[in-house]
Parts: sequence; structure tokens; C-alpha cells
Amino acid sequence: QALAEWNKQAFDAKTLDDAMKAMGAEAPANSGDVQIVASDIAENGAVVPVQAVSKLPKTEKIAILVEKNPSMLAASFDLGPETLPEVTARIKMGQTSNVIVVVKADGKFYMASKEIKVTLGGCGG
Amino acid sequence: MGSPMKIRATSKDGVTEIKVLMSHEMETGQRKDASGAVVPAWFINEVTAKLGDKTVLQAQWGPSVSKNPYLAFKVKGGQAGDKVTVTWVDNKGDTRTDTATVS
Amino acid sequence: MLLPAGFARAQAAAADFYDAPAFGNVSLLHITDCHAQLRPIHFREPSVNLGVGSMVGQAPHLVGARFLEHFAVKPGTAEAHAFTCLDFEEKAGVYGKVGGFAHLATLVKRVRANRPGALLLDGGDTWQGSGTALWTGGQDMVDAAKLLGIDIMTLHWECTYGQDRVKEVAEKDFAGTIDVVAQNIKTADFGDDVFKPFVMREVNGVPVAVIGQAFPYTPIANPRYMVADWTFGIQEENMQATVDAARAAGAAVVVVLSHNGMDVDLKMASRVSGIDAILGGHTHDGMPAPTMVANPGGKTLVTNAGSNGKFLGVLDLEVKDRRVTGFRYKLMPVFANLLAADPEMHAFIEKVRAPFAAKLDEVLAVSEGLLYRRGNFNGSFDQLILDALMMEKDAEIAFSPGFRWGTTVLPGQPITMENLLDQTAITYPYVTLNAMSGEQIKTVLEDVCDNLFNTDPYYQQGGDMVRVGGLSYSCDPTAPMGRRIQDMTVRGQPVEAGKTYKVAGWAPVSEEARTAGGEPVWELVARNLRARKTVAAPRLNLPTLKGVDGNPGLTA
Ligand SMILES: [Mn+2]
Ligand SMILES: [Mn+2]
Repeated sequence: QALAEWNKQAFDAKTLDDAMKAMGAEAPANSGDVQIVASDIAENGAVVPVQAVSKLPKTEKIAILVEKNPSMLAASFDLGPETLPEVTARIKMGQTSNVIVVVKADGKFYMASKEIKVTLGGCGG
Repeated sequence: MGSPMKIRATSKDGVTEIKVLMSHEMETGQRKDASGAVVPAWFINEVTAKLGDKTVLQAQWGPSVSKNPYLAFKVKGGQAGDKVTVTWVDNKGDTRTDTATVS
Repeated sequence: MLLPAGFARAQAAAADFYDAPAFGNVSLLHITDCHAQLRPIHFREPSVNLGVGSMVGQAPHLVGARFLEHFAVKPGTAEAHAFTCLDFEEKAGVYGKVGGFAHLATLVKRVRANRPGALLLDGGDTWQGSGTALWTGGQDMVDAAKLLGIDIMTLHWECTYGQDRVKEVAEKDFAGTIDVVAQNIKTADFGDDVFKPFVMREVNGVPVAVIGQAFPYTPIANPRYMVADWTFGIQEENMQATVDAARAAGAAVVVVLSHNGMDVDLKMASRVSGIDAILGGHTHDGMPAPTMVANPGGKTLVTNAGSNGKFLGVLDLEVKDRRVTGFRYKLMPVFANLLAADPEMHAFIEKVRAPFAAKLDEVLAVSEGLLYRRGNFNGSFDQLILDALMMEKDAEIAFSPGFRWGTTVLPGQPITMENLLDQTAITYPYVTLNAMSGEQIKTVLEDVCDNLFNTDPYYQQGGDMVRVGGLSYSCDPTAPMGRRIQDMTVRGQPVEAGKTYKVAGWAPVSEEARTAGGEPVWELVARNLRARKTVAAPRLNLPTLKGVDGNPGLTA
């Protein structure tokens, strides 16, 4: 299996639309079968664990994007046929933002989004 | 070459779980050093994982992945004794491959 | 001896109350958030505890008369004094101090006498909050917890002694006695469990699983460098998996010992199935009755057992055919005058205090007014700290964190070093002085306010609003983030976004602040108080509130 060329256009994209387009995923439908498991508040904006899960059959690709990062597309994963459609990565977040997971399954694109808050901290009970 | 990866691979109920911790700065290219100069982007941009001879995952990463990247995923099949091979390549062309045995 | 009528009645009722027979066959005793208060204290409950969104007027967001109404507590009684701020100064004189581990120990023994096999659970915030705890690295509380007979505990402020210290206590001091449980503390590398997610104990032949839920936002609310190799979070999915694992392992009863804070517990109870009860803490809400929450798997009780050693929660469960078929719950106030001190615990407390007694007993000044902390926006002891910061640092604005711990000083009483340390004894007590732009100030206030008033409890961190001196503002808790804080002025002039202001503060969470190493705040405040000798009742700087008229979380 040959490695696809690094998708510079997608990683350099300055808008969500451009990033989606560069991935070949124009306006993917929101799907309840795409799930984002992550804390509502980031403990550390430099290290935010995100698990992306697809319940869709024939999931072949999973991508994680951070809407308000200068480089929106954080990671994209091409899965082998035996690989389960759930991957966990740790990403950087400069500020509170929507995290978007895009899934390609059976040739079609789907997405889900979740707001993760990056806070200043301090105080407590 | 970079420092070695830490790889954990465990097989349970017919599924192999692979967890990888890599050692890399993952510079965004946005940060400035003490003298005000921009620290150039330097990050892992490609990752390949194999279980035995089979490629099970190929990833493309950008600078938004955290320093010392972590990756976890699961593969159907695999058993104790199988070999897991993970390779990364960064944007400067540096690369590293490490292996682990499924337990 | 002539007792005030109210006290005499309380004494008569107490015997019935404290010695009431058990119900069912499994009992769980619960303390939480004692904040290292080994001796009896006064603690005024809040007059402002606002709920927003769906939480308006729901437990725990009720204060004063509305609280009594909701829980059917008779006004003017000892219980009414324990649970609310009503007529606080007068009633504190009548009913005396509350809590104290020697008195708590007596109560635990009395309650256990009727409940053989009962487990004693500690919800955390046990090792922090006093001078002796700080100076002994929490050792006084570690030993007191063992002496009290704690079986299982979970964590929050304990972590501010550093992860190595917590591990040391859990593995050495607690070996074979107290289990530390936390399903949501994992190693930062591979996400392994740091502590057992749950433990199983047989209570009168019934297998009971106790799952630990540490404070989810410890690395945000407190310095992350203290727990650099651990991660926390609410971990709702993992909570469900842990409940399922406990049931699979044979648990007939599953309880969560939680330091989430009550709003978070209520949301979690509505989404996770299979938990019989969540015994909660962190938000310091003394709730006389549990809240029953429906979820896809059935119903879950949610309790909250207050703070500062004021209360002992007693949950009696009837378990038949491996399921809970009934319950009784009491949150017993610990009135020091109604419970003789346990001699062994008393001797222990005096012994650990002795080397520090001279320092703790120093009278810094006399307070003319009531000094307290709790309340969403400010407390008089906080104001005292703010005033000291502004005076000593010559700052136009001061910030003080919205901690919910800190004991109460009655009017006319001396303010001792011990009282001051009750408000300030933390492992990162550094005073800071920063030049902040108007924009930065607004950002900070909005950020903290959202941690308190986000309509989704999972985004709340369970503290109160940062206390502010020198800066007037208005606050609309019902507005979205970014629009809650308005009308900011300093010395009558509108705050300008681009202008810089001199801001004093303390308790910074950043690692740089530790390196900078400012003066411990208690030294600054002590210096200020010694010079003042007599302190008039502080004038509370409170925001003008909007959007909360008639809210039952606000005293009329
Ligand atoms: Mn507490
Ligand atoms: Mn707490």
C-alpha cells in the first residue's frame, strides 16, 4: 500500500470549508454515528486528548480538526480493513473551539463537532 | 533519528490494542523564541503502523498534534507474539521506526 | 447550668436524632470537605448560591428561608442554623461551634453502634485548609483520618501537596487501612489507572462497590505542575464502564464517592446507569435530603455533605435480593456542645497542634464585624484580604480566589493567625502584582464567571466568583460567556480595554509564578492586621446583579 502524498492544501487551509474541500469532503452531513469522546474543558490546551469514533460501516478515514487553530486539520487517519474505526490522539488547542471529526465511510463523508473549552484556571471549592 | 517510541500492544478477545508514545517537539512554526525569532515548523507529518506484515493505519499529521504525540487504535486479529511496527517521518525528512511485540 | 431555650431543646432532640435506629442492612457514613478543621469552628453558609438555566431554584441553589421551605426545616431550630445563614451571629451564640474531629469521632462511634459494619467514606479536601495541615504536609489529617476510622477516600486538594506525596500516603500511611479510589485519575502517558477505580466491601453479607470520582478539574483549578504526570476529567464513559465492571464483579450496591460538585453529580446521575447513590462534595452544599435523579437505568440518589466537619451524612439502605429496595438519609450536624469530645481524638489533636500553638494563637487584630467567606461573589473575610492586598501592594485592583473553604469569625472576636491560615493555607500562597490591561481583566472575570454560571454543569468548576477589590462591575449570571461582566469602573472611571491597571492577587496556578516566589499571602495580611489592631466590618465590594431577581439562591 503506497503512502498518499501529504495533503498540504488541507493542512494549510485557513477556513473550514477550504480544509473540507481539500480533503474531498464538501459539506459533510452531521451524523450521530460519529462520536467525539473528549473532556468538555481541556486540562491543558497544549495536550487535549480526543477520541474519534465511527459507528458507520466501511469507515476508511477519520480526521480531527480544530476550528480555531491556525492549522485547522490536526490529523487524518487512513484505516486498514481490519482496523476498528476509533482512534485516539492528543492535539493542541490555542483557545476554546469546536473540535470536528470527519469520517469517510463507504465513499461518503460524515461529521460531528464538540466544543472544548480552554480556560485560564484558578479558584475552587 | 529522534528518541525511541514507547509502544504497547495487547491482544484481548480477538482485538489488538496498540498505543504509541512518540518523542518529538512538534513545533508549530508560530512560536517565537526568547530573541523574538520565529521557531521554524518541525513536526511529524506521516505515521505508518503495521501489525505483522499488514499496514493497519496510515496517518497524516499537521502541527496541531501535541508535543510528544500519542496515538491509540485497535485492530481485529493479532495475537501474543505478533510484531507491531510503527514508523514516523517528519517535515525535515527525519524518520524513525520502532517495533514491539503483542502481549 | 442555665441554657438558652433553643439550646436546651436542641439537646433534648439531639439524643433522639443522633441515636435513631438504623434502617435496612447496609449503612454508609459520609464526610467531605472538612478542609483540615480538626477543632470546632463556626461556618456561615452562603446567602448567595445562584442557580442558572435549569438549575434555578433547584437544590443546591437555595439559600435562607427558601432553603428551609424547600427541605421543610423548621425555622429557628438548631438544624436551621446548621444549614443556613439566617440570623447567623445570634444563633452561633446560642448553638455554639460545629465540627471538630473529636466531636465527629464521638458521633461516628454513636452512629456506628446502631449500624454494625457501616462504611465510613471521605470525599476528599481533607488534608488542606489549616496551618497544621500545611506545615505537616497533610500528615495531621492523614493520621486523624486513620484514627477516625475512614475506610475509603477520594481526592482533590490533597493533590496540591504533589503527586508523589499523595502516592506516598496512599501506599504507606494508608496501607491496609484506607483505600484511595479514583476512576478518573490516569497516568498522562498511557492512561493507566493511578488508583483503584473502585473497591468492593462486604457489608453484612452484601457486596458494596464504592467508586471514586476525584475532582475532575484539579489540574485547571489548582497548579497543574503538582500533578504533572496525571490526568483527570469527568470521564463519564469510563464511569459507566466502571459501574458495569463493578456490577459484573458481583456488586449488589454501587455508590460513587464523588468530588464532582453537586451540579456535575446531578448531571452525571441523569446520564450514567446503575449507580444507587452518589455521595458528593466539593461545592460544600449541606443538603438535608438527597435529590432523586432518573436515568435510563433507573434512579440514583445524589447527596452533598457540606464542609468543614459540620456534618456527617448517614445513608441507610435496605438491600433485598441483590438490589436496593429502600433508603433513609440524614445529614447530621455536628454540634460540638451536644457531642462530648472523644478523648483519644482530642488528645491526638492537642498533640499535633502543640508545636505550632504559639504561632497559631497569635492575635493579629480584633474584628468588629462578622468575617465569613461563602457566597457566590464576595465574603467579608475575602474583603479583608482584598483590602490588605491593595493597601500593602499599593494596587488599585485586587483579586482573591473564590475558595469555598475558610471558617467564620464572630463580631468582637480576635482574628488569630489560625483564623487567617484557615483562609489562606495552600501550597502556592504567593502574592502577585501584575500590570493588566482592561481587556485582560474583563477576560479573567468572564472566564471565572463562566466556570460558575455555565448552564451546562460539566463546564462548571465548583468554586465561587473571583473576589474583586477596587473594581466595580455588574454581573448578569444568565448571560452567555463574554457578556456577563459589564459596567467595569475603577475609582468611578470606566475601565478602558487598552489601559493598564495595577492588580494585586494571590494563589497563582502557573509554574512561572512559583519560580517568581512571591510572599505568602498570610504574611502580608498578618502584617496589615497587626498594624490595624481593630478591624471594622469590611465594606463588601459586590457586583450589581442583573437577571436574577427573585432567584431563590439569593436572600431577599
Ligand atoms: Mn472543598
Ligand atoms: Mn474541592
